[in-house]
Amino acid sequence: MTHTLLVYDGSFDGFLCAVFMVYEQKMNAPSIQKQQDFHQQLFATTETVITETHKAQRVWEGIRSKTSRAELRTLFRSFLSEIKGIENTLLYYIQTVLRPKHTITGIDYSHTHTLRMHQIAKMVSREKHRMEAFVRFQRTKDGIYAATITPDFNVLPLIIGHFKDRYADQKWMIYDLKRDYGIYYDLDTVSTITIPDFTQIMPSSYATQETDFQKLWSTYYQHVNISERKNKRLHMQHIPKRYWKYLTEKKIL
Amino acid sequence: MASLLHPLPMSFDRIKEKLAILADAAKYDVSCSSSGNKRSNTGKGIGNTTAMGICHSYTEDGRCVSLLKILLTNHCIYDCAYCVTRKSNDIQRAAFKVEEVVRLTINFYRRNYIEGLFLSSGIFKNADYTMERLIAVAKKLRLEENFNGYIHLKSIPGASDELMREAGLYADRLSVNIEIPTVSGLQLLAPDKKHEDFIKPMRKVHQEIVQYKSERKLIKSTPKYAPAGQSTQMIIGATGESDRDILYSASYYYKKFGMRRVYYSGYIPITTDHRLPAIGSEVPILRENRLYQTDWLLRFYGFSVQEIFNASHLNLDLDIDPKLGWALRNMHEFPIDINSADKRMLARVPGIGMQSVHKIIQARKFRRLDWSHLKAIGIALNRAQYFIICNSKDFYKQDLTPITIKNRILQKANSKYAKHFNQQLSLFT
Ligand code: SF4
Repeated sequence: MTHTLLVYDGSFDGFLCAVFMVYEQKMNAPSIQKQQDFHQQLFATTETVITETHKAQRVWEGIRSKTSRAELRTLFRSFLSEIKGIENTLLYYIQTVLRPKHTITGIDYSHTHTLRMHQIAKMVSREKHRMEAFVRFQRTKDGIYAATITPDFNVLPLIIGHFKDRYADQKWMIYDLKRDYGIYYDLDTVSTITIPDFTQIMPSSYATQETDFQKLWSTYYQHVNISERKNKRLHMQHIPKRYWKYLTEKKIL
Repeated sequence: MASLLHPLPMSFDRIKEKLAILADAAKYDVSCSSSGNKRSNTGKGIGNTTAMGICHSYTEDGRCVSLLKILLTNHCIYDCAYCVTRKSNDIQRAAFKVEEVVRLTINFYRRNYIEGLFLSSGIFKNADYTMERLIAVAKKLRLEENFNGYIHLKSIPGASDELMREAGLYADRLSVNIEIPTVSGLQLLAPDKKHEDFIKPMRKVHQEIVQYKSERKLIKSTPKYAPAGQSTQMIIGATGESDRDILYSASYYYKKFGMRRVYYSGYIPITTDHRLPAIGSEVPILRENRLYQTDWLLRFYGFSVQEIFNASHLNLDLDIDPKLGWALRNMHEFPIDINSADKRMLARVPGIGMQSVHKIIQARKFRRLDWSHLKAIGIALNRAQYFIICNSKDFYKQDLTPITIKNRILQKANSKYAKHFNQQLSLFT
């Protein structure tokens, strides 16, 4: 028995097109994999998915008519985790939802794939909140507030709304160094950008007063601490060490 | 665009020095919440307030840092024994100008350090004069800077009704710290302050909130008044009060003045005053934690304060959480059936939080749940197992006494948690 492997371009639309193929060709238990993690497997038939917006749209509409908006959001969030094998979990989930007798009555947390999707979405949401909290902007000479991040999951698409709403009157940019792309707000719209050698260009272009404000913030941070209550464990639990690199107050200026 | 730049008007070193002094003086006020209101950014100004609030950092003692929390000044004409700012204390004093606070707030906010400002003050000249200055900061932020972030102002005890009314127009939250939970304790430690002075601004703010809310129903354009409500703080362990005293006071403030939050702050010894615990005494952090847990039970889990305490049970157990404590005193209510119990009882099972309650209710529509489902959902079975039955023959049928259950749970909690947890489960599945 050969197993079918669907290889797609890594985009959400691409994934939905893979699902389209599964239904169109009535495939039995295929696996879906991103192009970038693709390895030729013995005994597997490989098919390449072509991403076509109208097909993706049809699948999305199909799922939408059978589930709640909150569930759709959960599905998208867990996709952004980029966790290996997430596509297969989501395929199972979609197949459950698309069954004719399925109705929107509740969420089946006792179903393995549904539960896993929710748990992964929760992890992604947590990372999203952390980025909303831990991004530290630095003002550049041209008045852009810039920050770099390296999140565990691909959360940039999820934080646009928050930052756009909050910082409507300043230009800002958040750059994901791990995935090498960023989002930039020009006082009007947010667009995706890629800047080669981002880390090399940035340090030379910060505004003169920038370090003063960073020092003031560090001073504040030191003085709100109550040493009699020191609790290292709780502290580390709230800000695990891997996030310290973002935080101005954790740097020695 | 000029407001974007905000050059600091005076020497950076002086500002830094003031910031150090006035943050130090404000840190004992533990409330740092920026939640409870959703304010959208109107007209492309700066900032918004999210309903959940965001902690942008954490102190080394694990407390959330979400607001720039400072005093406008630490000069004070009063001499409250429990306070570092008291007149007789020999410390450095400083005062910010209104403009300086505004600039710090805006510049910190733009860099995503904070959710907003929490401004309090020592009382200089008199209550009204002090309150006016606090209001001036909030007003300037709102009207001149178009700032829609979070503003929490301290209501100064004794300030006029007129000023309290104005404060609520610009602030999201107002608070008066009652500090000492009992009237007698307050008399002992702050003899020149009257209990009534604390209550008066609370009552005024509460009336205004109620009035504005009803007017908003009629006319949509009525301005919002302190939309995140009021909060207060009590110091724990300074005057020998019981947990029951504290939580009875707290529920009084919740009910009577519509408080959003009551904060409990373990007393940190800062003085050699004989009326207070000596310097070096331990901060009652665990007790504080138990009080917060109980506060949650009262606000979100449907418990009443009378259920938690009685004449022979004046203080919370320190070794177990208050829900477990309650369950062990009320074994006749258990076990409950996970597949049929109502929401109220599910929420009362030790080891089941509100999120799990929600998941159980959803999942049991599809099938009858057994131990493996409950484990996957994330219930703390090491505690919950003694109080529930589910779709499985295996159940702790032995008639265990509350003491035995308590000991078993404590043993599990202390030993290597994960290992025992799994052994326990394999017994059931
Ligand atoms: S009035 Fe307030 S600031 Fe002044 S000593 Fe009393 S508690 Fe401290």
